[in-house]
Amino acid sequence: MTLAKAESAEGGFNIDPMHQFEIKNWVPIDLGFVDLSFTNSAFFAFLAVGLTCLFLWTAMSGSSLVPSRMQSMAEGLYEFVRNMVRDACGDAGLKYFPYIFTVFLFILACNLLGMIPYSFTVTSHFAVTVFLALSVFITVTVIGFMKHGTHFFALFWPMDAPAAMRPVLAIIEVISYFVRPVSHSIRLGANMMAGHAVLKVFGGFVAALGVFGIIPIAAIVGVTALELLVAVIQAYVFTILTCVYLNDALNMH
Amino acid sequence: MEGDIGNLGQYIGAGLACIGMGGAGIGVGHVAGNFLAGALRNPAAAKEQTATLFIGIAFAEALGIFSFLVALLLLFAV
Repeated sequence: MTLAKAESAEGGFNIDPMHQFEIKNWVPIDLGFVDLSFTNSAFFAFLAVGLTCLFLWTAMSGSSLVPSRMQSMAEGLYEFVRNMVRDACGDAGLKYFPYIFTVFLFILACNLLGMIPYSFTVTSHFAVTVFLALSVFITVTVIGFMKHGTHFFALFWPMDAPAAMRPVLAIIEVISYFVRPVSHSIRLGANMMAGHAVLKVFGGFVAALGVFGIIPIAAIVGVTALELLVAVIQAYVFTILTCVYLNDALNMH
Repeated sequence: MEGDIGNLGQYIGAGLACIGMGGAGIGVGHVAGNFLAGALRNPAAAKEQTATLFIGIAFAEALGIFSFLVALLLLFAV
């Protein structure tokens, strides 16, 4: 087991871009069989949930027919995700809209909280994203079996392909089905982790270059704007892929 | 930098694995470029297809993510 450490050759600065992802144990709680310690990751996950709830409650508390600014923001988010679900899965998918809305808001809040300097990006850890993707995967598979029974296996048996090709395609379909949670989770985690590591590497250039550090600072400003865009797009992509998988389970293809 | 020949192999392998990301770059660029070409010909139909655009980009990107995963496994898990 080796740990890669970034080292700038000339300046002698020791910069570790992965340091920001370190889990710090704030309140150790060890139950013997499971480690339930309250870490900085747990804190920011709770903060994301709390801020999301606070935002929606305050926005919708004095709800009126003519919405205030806050209320129209909340309603805009709601309608955006609702339209996404309806476009991807049809009206049958609206039953599962609360779950998809929750997943979207949680990932969006975690991604955006991570953009604050010195904060912690919960979604940059594969443990979190794998949990999110696996819960989507299991939910969707269970929904598919509940709705279609054993007929759900027809998802892996392409009837419109030539008969000789069907077994080969079936193997590919099965593999691609089980690879879904892998790519679904790693896409989110890797995008968040890579973006934040790039920011820290550029930050190391600022320290190493002295006066000329103004050039990497300008780059950091641009990359930060890009990272804000990526934070929103990755939440969107995670949600729309959840809708696509749900559509496969509900309507087959 | 210290380390033995095994570490050298790890780092070279991780670097080689990152070449796969170039393929993902080509794929994502192809999706986005073709979307733009189609959208400029028929701007009225473009708005409904943005979800399809992101799904296409996500699927093209997935294979680049696998190469990133191989690089990470070589660096941290071997």
